[in-house]
Amino acid sequence: MSQPPVLLRDGAVAVGGRPILRHIDLRVDAGEFVALMGANGSGKSTLVRALVGIRPLTAGRLQLFGTDLGRFHDWSRIGFVPQRGGAGSGVPASVWEVVASGRLTRRRLLRPMSRHDRTVVADALEVVGLADRARDGVSNLSGGQQQRVLIARALAGEPELFFLDEPTAGVDLPNQDALAGALDVLKQRGATIVLVAHELGPLAPLVDRSVVMRSGRIAYDGAPLGDQAVHDPLFGGMLDGMHSHHHVDHMHRSPHDVTPPMNAPLDRQPHEEGHR
Amino acid sequence: MTAAELFALPFMQRALIAAVFTGLAAPVVGTYLVQRRLSLLGDGLGHVAVTGVALGLLTGTSPTWTAVVVALIGAVLVEVIRERGHTNGDVALALLFYGGLAGGVLVTGLGGQSASTLQSYLFGSITTISVSDVVATMVLAAVVVLLGLGLSPQLFAVAQDHEYARVAGLNVRFYNMLVAVLAAVSVTVAMRTVGLLLVSALMVVPVATSQQVARSFRVTLAAAMGLGLFASVGGLVVSAFASFHARVAPGPSIVLLALACYVVTWPMGAWLRRRARLRAPFADHVPDSADPDEHDISEQHTHDHGPDCGHVAVPHGDHVDYLHDGHRHAPHGRHYDEH
Repeated sequence: MSQPPVLLRDGAVAVGGRPILRHIDLRVDAGEFVALMGANGSGKSTLVRALVGIRPLTAGRLQLFGTDLGRFHDWSRIGFVPQRGGAGSGVPASVWEVVASGRLTRRRLLRPMSRHDRTVVADALEVVGLADRARDGVSNLSGGQQQRVLIARALAGEPELFFLDEPTAGVDLPNQDALAGALDVLKQRGATIVLVAHELGPLAPLVDRSVVMRSGRIAYDGAPLGDQAVHDPLFGGMLDGMHSHHHVDHMHRSPHDVTPPMNAPLDRQPHEEGHR
Repeated sequence: MTAAELFALPFMQRALIAAVFTGLAAPVVGTYLVQRRLSLLGDGLGHVAVTGVALGLLTGTSPTWTAVVVALIGAVLVEVIRERGHTNGDVALALLFYGGLAGGVLVTGLGGQSASTLQSYLFGSITTISVSDVVATMVLAAVVVLLGLGLSPQLFAVAQDHEYARVAGLNVRFYNMLVAVLAAVSVTVAMRTVGLLLVSALMVVPVATSQQVARSFRVTLAAAMGLGLFASVGGLVVSAFASFHARVAPGPSIVLLALACYVVTWPMGAWLRRRARLRAPFADHVPDSADPDEHDISEQHTHDHGPDCGHVAVPHGDHVDYLHDGHRHAPHGRHYDEH
């Protein structure tokens, strides 16, 4: 498998005509655990949504497993964990049903679930530690548990490449630990993981590489950063090491442009916030 | 007249068949509409179908089929408008409501038909249903049930989380359109039973009732079908027997019976939800202060907590807490700890 799971060249995304992401080059190799970090509004969630095809690219070329997105149909290789929705649906759904819907990528139309499907769903619930809550309604679970349900749903499709959009947001520490445990299992199994996060917390030991977004551009791509260093204009001195890194070319293109004039008035300027 | 004589009447048999099929089909689509918070879509399509019926009456073709066609067009329109402009979804629905109803009344007038002809479609007239209409009802209802149940994993996933469904490779637009189309079809199926103005009730009320007590989607769907069947057949039978004493229309009786089921299950749902909340295990975080002196011992405890003490027992990590006057008592040696 020589093709990288994710290869984006000079990607750009505009929402309603307003450019959100520009000049994004991102390559994720098989088995990597990449943390996509940055402040609110820096575009990290938009990038993940572009990578899974929910947000169309306005420029650039995206390849998943070596296939252009437009011709990519192998969705069972991809597991997407969206941000936890606030409202939920109007009809009750059990934990098992939501997780089982993750099996759809591998099921044929109008066929009942096979014994293997059920085993995989049970295994996914086991990995996130919710096997005993399978029959409960999703809406009765806490936020952290609901987040784990969404991870189990992605897991049920047995994908090779995971995209997780802020799985730790609003989740307490015990649940973050449970989450880290589940992601560790995935990593051991050889999955490629792209994770969006504000702060890594208990996930930090799992990360192989940090990518930091600022104002819609990649400002740093390299060795894992601590939660504080992400908001440091100079990334805690890690930028010096960037010159030996293979993503060095786009760093030269925008060496100091960490705050281009694209911020809305309410956006926080990353360099203005205090960091200790 | 006895029950046997009543059900031997051909028009009553036709009405019963129509009621069975309608009662089963309408809640299937209704479940997906409620899940997507589009409960009123059925109502909007019902109004649109009024124009279809009027066109059928005007042109002398079967009103059932013109209603199907016009409702389908309306469904596609709503879906397109919903997809294009996110914020104006309910406005689009409102426009269709009024346009459909006004158009229907206008066209009926143009055709010189009396309002009473249209009224049999507005409020249903299941007892005057013709053989060909029964066949149409059976076919359309069967299509709705087969597609609604056969594609339920896909439809569930799309309605539950459309972005996830898209990344899972499902054609979200197709399934959204399918639900709208199925809604349009069930509207015309239920048209003769409960009438176009009450169609939405038979689609939505059984679902609202069953989700009072259900915790899973499958149970909600199955129970809604059962309730829809019960309401439509029950309402028909009730109105048939009551008609010896007074003029009782089947359509409204069906809807009122469905609503009565909701009223009956509501306290049960409230009780079940309260009980579930009460008995939900406490987060398995046991205060791990290693200092044994630090725990909070419950004062003046006169009895032993156990299976028969009458206090609710709630799992808490590796032990059980008992709910006692707003306190959480955990057995510890000879006393109880406050948790």
